[in-house]
Amino acid sequence: MTTTAALELVQLTKMYGGVTAVDAINLKIPPGSYCCLLGPSGCGKTSTLRMVAGHESVTSGDILVGPKNVTDLPPADRSTAMMFQSYALFPHLSVIDNVAFALKMKGVAKAARHDEANKLLELVDMQPYAARLPGQLSGGQQQRVALARALITSPQILLLDEPLSALDPFLRLRMRAELKKLQRELGLTFIHVTHGQDEAMALADIVVLMNAGRIEQQGSPREIFNHPRTEFTAKFIGGHNVIAVGPETFAVRVDRLMPKRPSEAVAGPSVAGTISEVEYQGTYVRVVIAVDGGSEISAQVTETQFDAANYAVGERVLATWDPTQANLLKTTSPVIARSPERAA
Amino acid sequence: MQSKGGQGVDKSCCAITAIHPSMMQDRKTFVAWLQAAPMMLVFSVFFLLPLLLVTIVSAWDYNEYEMIPAFSLRGYSDTFEGCIADLPNLCTILKTYLKTLKLCLLTWSLTLLIGFTVAYFLAFHVRSKTWQIVLTLLCTIPFWTSNVIRMIAWIPLLGRNGLVNRGLEGVGLIRQPLEWLLFSEFSVVLALVHLFTFFMVVPIFNSMIRIDKRLIEAAYDAGATGWQTLVNVVIPLAKPGIVIGSIFVITIVMGDFVTIGVMGGQQIASAGKIIETRLNALQFPAAAANAVILLGITILIISALTRIVDVRKEL
Repeated sequence: MTTTAALELVQLTKMYGGVTAVDAINLKIPPGSYCCLLGPSGCGKTSTLRMVAGHESVTSGDILVGPKNVTDLPPADRSTAMMFQSYALFPHLSVIDNVAFALKMKGVAKAARHDEANKLLELVDMQPYAARLPGQLSGGQQQRVALARALITSPQILLLDEPLSALDPFLRLRMRAELKKLQRELGLTFIHVTHGQDEAMALADIVVLMNAGRIEQQGSPREIFNHPRTEFTAKFIGGHNVIAVGPETFAVRVDRLMPKRPSEAVAGPSVAGTISEVEYQGTYVRVVIAVDGGSEISAQVTETQFDAANYAVGERVLATWDPTQANLLKTTSPVIARSPERAA
Repeated sequence: MQSKGGQGVDKSCCAITAIHPSMMQDRKTFVAWLQAAPMMLVFSVFFLLPLLLVTIVSAWDYNEYEMIPAFSLRGYSDTFEGCIADLPNLCTILKTYLKTLKLCLLTWSLTLLIGFTVAYFLAFHVRSKTWQIVLTLLCTIPFWTSNVIRMIAWIPLLGRNGLVNRGLEGVGLIRQPLEWLLFSEFSVVLALVHLFTFFMVVPIFNSMIRIDKRLIEAAYDAGATGWQTLVNVVIPLAKPGIVIGSIFVITIVMGDFVTIGVMGGQQIASAGKIIETRLNALQFPAAAANAVILLGITILIISALTRIVDVRKEL
């Protein structure tokens, strides 16, 4: 029913005046994959998406959809469709007219375009609401209508600009699953911009982590989580401690860090510190260790492990890890920093 | 919150402050009325009362030099005197009203066209808020001088020996000065458009500024051309502003007699001019009758406009 295409970005650059928002990025996304552009605000992910969509001019570089160079084409001729942040549904048009909008612009007769729109409303389970105005719908319903509207042009690549950020946390999880299911069923390439690493981990086949206009690291969620190459990646993706040992800096997953009493035999690397906090989290216990020298790292131990050792706040410990489980980071920064607790 | 407070008070110690909830409600209503009272008073004394008096006087009798407080519809019948006999030719009063409507329609369409364009430029092409404010203030500069001066300023420009005629003669485009430039329908519409376009700009701009820019992008994404976006997205969403601006312009132009008088060289009759003439002749009931007729017509136009858009809902 639908065709899909690969997306390729070649030396894509965007400058606003003298400020470089996107800095010569190269990226290849195979057809039919779910790609998340992930990064903090201002990292250039939205600019990249908007350039792919055709809503932002390209300073230099090329955008290829399948074999076609679309760099200078208007949005409607790119075989892409965009789902806007907070959906941008036309408030004066009914749900069905919103979905049929692109066909109306093409001059398709009313009956024909309503037929087509109804099919898509059925796909997103919104047919009973066809006559409503967007203002009368909930956030989740609006998102489905926005999806149907984006799909009516039979795009090969669907671009989603922070599609879940307008929803409450509960609905976000549900719509996240629906997005993934829809992508699997349609087999389209999805490019999804988000600043939430949990969202990217749950959805993506390929995570493209961006920082300061460049691609920091790309790969499958597991690759990125298990092998962060830079301190930025390790911190942004969460669930990691960034620990400096001598001149080198390592990323160690919080669940791979093991506190040991000074009396116990320790093989391999370790840092000394004092337990500053113990938090019971149900499935695990979080032990925060204030490393000698100022910063804090945290270890995630199982309830059984915790019960066996029974650590108390104020106790001196050595934080140890298996060197094969640590990732050497490409950074010169000697700072010992605690990872943000994003994974929790 | 207040009504709850009445119940929540400890009764043992504070019997005086424990006011019954219904009394509290009464007091709240009273305060609300009190707050609205000044405006209501001004509105009643300066608008409702005169309107009532005009309506009453319009149904009084009159002779050459005084009005007689007795019920009579002479004011109305005199106005339409000979209208039925003259058919199919139009009588003076109908011609005058048609002329007023024509001037109104011309002014309305021109102010709408110009006002919409200016508002569109301000809302969609001027990116920075500062420039939007600066340019909007620029639009208000004509209002720093009085209406009369702004009208009269056209005369040296459009007159027989005015700048425009001199200029055109100088370039050799015309040999005789153009007569229709001044004291004509042209100059009347020109002055009205000049005076009232701003009343269109402001409400339309106000509607447009509230249009989410992403909607324009969404339309572009769906393959809409600039024109299609204008027709399918911008105009429908700017409708409340268009209607409010239209109400301003239509009500002002329908009742205008000064601009039409000055710019028309006192040669063009209008609905407002009829009332003025009757007043000068001290025929108050006839003047009042004409005012009531004019009011009726204007209300009809406006209610037709508000049919298109529920302005109250949009505010």
